[in-house]
Amino acid sequence: MAAVGLALLVAALVLVVSGADPLVAFGNIWEYGSRLETVIESFNRATPLYLSGIAFAIAMRMNLFQIGVEGQYILAAFFAAYVGAGVGSLFPPLHIAIILLTAMIVGAAWAGLAGWMKVTRNVHEVISTIMLNAIAVSGVVSFLLGRWKIESESLDTRLGDIATTGWFPSLNPIVELATREIKRVELTGFILVAALVGVAYHLIINRSRLGYDLRATGANPWAAEASGVPPRRTIVLAMLLSGAVAGLVGMADLLGDQHFYSLRFPQGLGFAGIAVALLGRNHAVGAAVAALAFGWLERASGVLEVRGDAPREIVTIMVAVIILFAVIAYALAQRRRRIEAAAAASAQVDSPAAAEEADT
Amino acid sequence: MSVAVRLTGITKRFPGVLANDRIDLVVEAGEIHAICGENGAGKSTLMKILYGMQAPDEGSIEVLDQERTFSSPREAIDVGIGMVHQHFMLADNLTVIENVILGAEPSKGALIDFATARSRLGELGEAYGLALDLDDAVGTLEVGERQRIEIIKILYRGARILILDEPTAVLVPQEVEELFRNLRELKTEGHTIIFIDHKLDEVLEIADTITVLRQGRSVARVKPEDVTAQDLAELMVGSELPTPETREVTVTDQTAVEVRGISVVDEAGVTRLRDVGFSVQCGEIVGVAGVEGNGQGELVEAILGIAPVTGGSIHLHGDDVTGWSVRQRREAGMGYIPEDRHRRGLLLPAPVWENSILGHQTRRRFLSSRVWIDDEASRDHASNVVERFDVRTPGVHTPVHALSGGNQQKLVVGRELAIECNPLIAAHPTRGIDVGSQAAVWEDLRRARAEGLGLLLISADLEELIGLSDTLLVMLRGEIVARLDPARVTPRELGAYMTGAAA
Repeated sequence: MAAVGLALLVAALVLVVSGADPLVAFGNIWEYGSRLETVIESFNRATPLYLSGIAFAIAMRMNLFQIGVEGQYILAAFFAAYVGAGVGSLFPPLHIAIILLTAMIVGAAWAGLAGWMKVTRNVHEVISTIMLNAIAVSGVVSFLLGRWKIESESLDTRLGDIATTGWFPSLNPIVELATREIKRVELTGFILVAALVGVAYHLIINRSRLGYDLRATGANPWAAEASGVPPRRTIVLAMLLSGAVAGLVGMADLLGDQHFYSLRFPQGLGFAGIAVALLGRNHAVGAAVAALAFGWLERASGVLEVRGDAPREIVTIMVAVIILFAVIAYALAQRRRRIEAAAAASAQVDSPAAAEEADT
Repeated sequence: MSVAVRLTGITKRFPGVLANDRIDLVVEAGEIHAICGENGAGKSTLMKILYGMQAPDEGSIEVLDQERTFSSPREAIDVGIGMVHQHFMLADNLTVIENVILGAEPSKGALIDFATARSRLGELGEAYGLALDLDDAVGTLEVGERQRIEIIKILYRGARILILDEPTAVLVPQEVEELFRNLRELKTEGHTIIFIDHKLDEVLEIADTITVLRQGRSVARVKPEDVTAQDLAELMVGSELPTPETREVTVTDQTAVEVRGISVVDEAGVTRLRDVGFSVQCGEIVGVAGVEGNGQGELVEAILGIAPVTGGSIHLHGDDVTGWSVRQRREAGMGYIPEDRHRRGLLLPAPVWENSILGHQTRRRFLSSRVWIDDEASRDHASNVVERFDVRTPGVHTPVHALSGGNQQKLVVGRELAIECNPLIAAHPTRGIDVGSQAAVWEDLRRARAEGLGLLLISADLEELIGLSDTLLVMLRGEIVARLDPARVTPRELGAYMTGAAA
């Protein structure tokens, strides 16, 4: 709570410095941000952010710094869009399944490549994923987009449209049942897929044998090895899983909104996901909260720009400050918990029972 | 005689623990003063306070009749106090001379004045019989030589009062004698030595005065002439000192693990293990003695399957497992107590219960199906280990890094014994735990042996090796150089084999 107060205070300072009235600005943000349409846009924004965060978190749980989500999701979206448009019209669930599967396989393959390089050639994953990002976005996608593009009236270079059988349904009708008619925006149905991935992530990491091996390797790779975890296989597996989820990042936009791949396809979601995972402490629920917070701040603070309260840069700084404070507050809470645990453990040692036993 | 160090009423509290409780300590100038006590008696805390690493909550420190408060070791060094820590603080890839002057380099303009350093070190070495080749890389030296560097390091900084924290823990008997000779030399030159130890015969041999600590209090100040080892032990623990003896034979004709002529060549092409062969029967304890770094670590890693062997074969309950993965070997029953629990044995940030199944996470009893871990069964198992092996923890959800070293060790040992592994490969199973718990671990190992456990025991504690083993092997430079009958060997003889002095 103190952190939120401080964050608002610093954000207010930033606004004052830039010449805006912070009270008016906050009022505008709140008024705009609490509209149903803005909330829905926030959820739409949070969906890919969350998937990207989970993709990063999977690898992070075993100390792999997988920053290749960016390249993996763009490459995956590109191939999925190409395949999805190429198959024409199909039975809808089948059509969607083909698109999602393509995306997951491409994402997993691209991430798996980095994992393979790590176990066979000892290439650090940060280096390999950065390179693979560049190769994916500037290399493969640019090259093939030039080859496979279709002619259209717009200036945008793009692939063909995915037939409507490959569109993911919107949740607007369901939300409208409980609220009112929604204008302009549609709540992506893909949010359900993201939620499912979150649940699966939690269960697999925290409850399964595989998750145990993964976390053990993350906590102490030498002890994990001695306990029988095959180090190489686990690295490759973690990268494959991470990449498969990364492949889904672009699907909310592809299946729910845009329905084709073009040069204007959203970029930067992979890197934003790192912040989501870090803020959410690689936790399924934590990352969801972080993704929603990011989504909302981004959407709601946009109003300042529109209303002329503050330029875009100031808005960006303000959002960053708020996130920074949240991270600091979380780290402090974590630290206190650690100290308390240590104190509890040593109190145990000092208990009368302990003293008695040492005497006998 | 004047007083070098006088500590009065030193009290130090940590959250929930009273580490030092009104301790008084008087060390006379020019004497060797031993401080004994069990793990957790407060010896190290007291010395850290004297050396300025920690500030006391109460009490006063007088050095050479002047009251002092130290806020850092730097200030303690300035008044002539030096400390040799249990874990050496040396840079392996630097030479002896570079290590000694590190942080206190004599300079000539912007350059290090090696000539001055060299001549000063020469004098020091001469004066105290601490001969060393100054240009050797520290990484190539034996443990005893490294210790000598640490001592020279503090002498070089002008120390007159030397604190040595368990200096003999890492040495073989011959090296201990060498160290004692050096200490006596230093004493004749007028240095004061404070010596922390819990090996009683050593204390009786070297000390002029002994202060005994128990549970954070100073319980006795005695002269070695007036007490026996037994008396000291009773002062330390308040009861009889247990011994690690195993006598009745329980060896069976079933082989638990057998290695046949295995060799290991490391990545640099150096042979670490040469043609090592032996077997451990069910119900047998085979002890491996040797100065650390003579291939014991490689032997353990080869048997466990972490490091590949370049020759020979390994057999587990009759199966050739040379090509098996670590996991396959673990599933076939192999247990493991690593020499470094933090590196190979524990997940420090993870809770006790997760650590209690580490190495056995694929066993049916901890799984509710092929995919899922059975949390409840695992936690029950953890509670069982905690209770049976007296692991002091607030609960099974406490992260392991919050536990003290001794309790972490008990968790590692308890985990392997409670799961009923066979064979068990144990390296220094009682390292870092106090005398009481040590006896409990010995008792547990003996009981497991009686129930058919085949135990390969690697230890630096020669009494433990002689007391527990049915067969003793000695390793030197990656080879087994002797097979001894523990009933007929003394620690001294064993030491001679370990250093290669006996053929």
